[in-house]
Amino acid sequence: MWSEDGEGMIVSVASGKGGTGKTLVATSLALSLKDKGRVQLLDCDVEEPNAHLLLRPVITHSEALCIPVPKVDDEKCTYCRRCAEVCAYHAIAVVPKHVMTFSELCHGCGACSYICPEKAIAEEGRKIGVVESGHSNGLDFAHGKLNVGEAMAPPVIRKVRELANHDGTVIIDVPPGTSCPVVESVKNSDFCVLVTEPTPFGLNDLVLAVETVRQLKISCGVVINRAGVGDGKVEEYCRRESIPILLTIPLDTKIARLYSNGITLVAGMPMWKNDFVRLFEKIGDIVHERTGRLER
Amino acid sequence: MKELVVLSGKGGTGKTSLVASFAALARNKVLCDCDVDAADLHLVLQPHIREDHEFWSGQVAVIDEDKCTQCNLCQELCRFDAIHDFKVDPISCEGCGFCSHMCPAEAVNMKENMSGHWFISDTKYGPLVHARLGIAKENSGKLVALVRQKARQIAESDDLDYVISDGPPGIGCPVISSLSGVSLALLVTEPTQSGIHDLERVLDLCRHFGVPALVCINKYDINEDNTRKIEDYCLSQGLRAAAKIPFDNVFTESIVKGIPVVEHSRDGVAKSIESLWQSIYWLLEG
Repeated sequence: MWSEDGEGMIVSVASGKGGTGKTLVATSLALSLKDKGRVQLLDCDVEEPNAHLLLRPVITHSEALCIPVPKVDDEKCTYCRRCAEVCAYHAIAVVPKHVMTFSELCHGCGACSYICPEKAIAEEGRKIGVVESGHSNGLDFAHGKLNVGEAMAPPVIRKVRELANHDGTVIIDVPPGTSCPVVESVKNSDFCVLVTEPTPFGLNDLVLAVETVRQLKISCGVVINRAGVGDGKVEEYCRRESIPILLTIPLDTKIARLYSNGITLVAGMPMWKNDFVRLFEKIGDIVHERTGRLER
Repeated sequence: MKELVVLSGKGGTGKTSLVASFAALARNKVLCDCDVDAADLHLVLQPHIREDHEFWSGQVAVIDEDKCTQCNLCQELCRFDAIHDFKVDPISCEGCGFCSHMCPAEAVNMKENMSGHWFISDTKYGPLVHARLGIAKENSGKLVALVRQKARQIAESDDLDYVISDGPPGIGCPVISSLSGVSLALLVTEPTQSGIHDLERVLDLCRHFGVPALVCINKYDINEDNTRKIEDYCLSQGLRAAAKIPFDNVFTESIVKGIPVVEHSRDGVAKSIESLWQSIYWLLEG
């Protein structure tokens, strides 16, 4: 797995609440580590990917993301209805002498095609998004974009996760929320950084995010962004739950302006680089301690 | 009865604060929180829960160890990588039932999934329909559809004029569920490159579903060059930026106090929000 300096770790950056600064943290963390070894940033917020706006990567590979949907051969079909019976998503309906498929409801499980006694159902790809990879300023980069109007983000996220480097550090920018897109993005990471803000909204959604990562058995720590506004309840909660606060970023119009112009924090204010390096060292210590404990 | 949904694409632009203010400004309405996986509107509206219902949705596969012959077929067939060592990971399972249909030993059963709760509550501003999706659960789109349906039913039975919904971030399944068939979408953006990018995608989504949209630029004075870019973009799309709201700590202060911005402050920001509500009102009535 990872070496002493934390290289080889997969660190996800999530939040529950949107707009707390996940992308700001993920991009600056990745950029701060790249002098020490291979680093890759994966933007798994495929509904609204933003990391590329700050990193301006050179895209070298682009691949359409298709999910398999059924294609019924009318010549072979005997209208036996087996396919409609097995489909859990009501994506196939059989009416007299015709099979209707609703590909936007299909999850691509393959049951209809496998089960059809006449072998009348083939699968064809339906494009729901695109996955792109490349590099930016010494970082490896990959992200996905869900097509507008498509509902299912998880298959696109799974594809982005498949592009993860097997050596070096991987930083994952996670979409907001606590449901399936978040699980798909955070799953199998070694550590999850939860970015929040010191307000009741930030706290409410942080609690949900902590429950999510705990259910996935992933250790987490908190970054408090826009510190100085709001109240002290996020810190109280972290103390009570023994969740380490890894970094505090103040409310600062200069930081907000940099972000608004698509400039990463460490590019615009290089003194922050050490803070992110230390943040990563703290994560390394926590992960090593946990694995040490598990091994003993 | 008219339905308004407040969306943004990007999270954290101020959707919930605006909806809470509309709750205080609008008459004869039911409120609805469509952000079911990180709901926050209740923190401002302080609801008294009147009804608490379980949300059962979808299924998950369970392998009966006693019947399982460890033939491995289920593991080979599963496209969601949800079966390992003859056990189903309920978080990865998409409930397709393929394994259950194919198991030669009939050892895989499909179990109904309790995916969360939905509530009908009273607030001092009127009824609120809201929900809490279970942690790491699927089907948020179905829960959103349910919450909206209940809100519309209340509006009809109580003869209310508006359903005002707080939408989730993004453009995927729960957003589509909150958006389809509404009378108007208010898109809240901020003058950052991310805000602009995400606005474009959520506006495309509104077009895709034929929903008219109105734009509001929050924290407009953080970057006035970008604000002008958003205004130009809106014009090029035949839209109007209906309001520009300055950055102000009263947003955060009112969240901390648990009251709508327009009740916390009477000037500046509150005035902009009031005139935004007037624009929305005329559009809904026009």
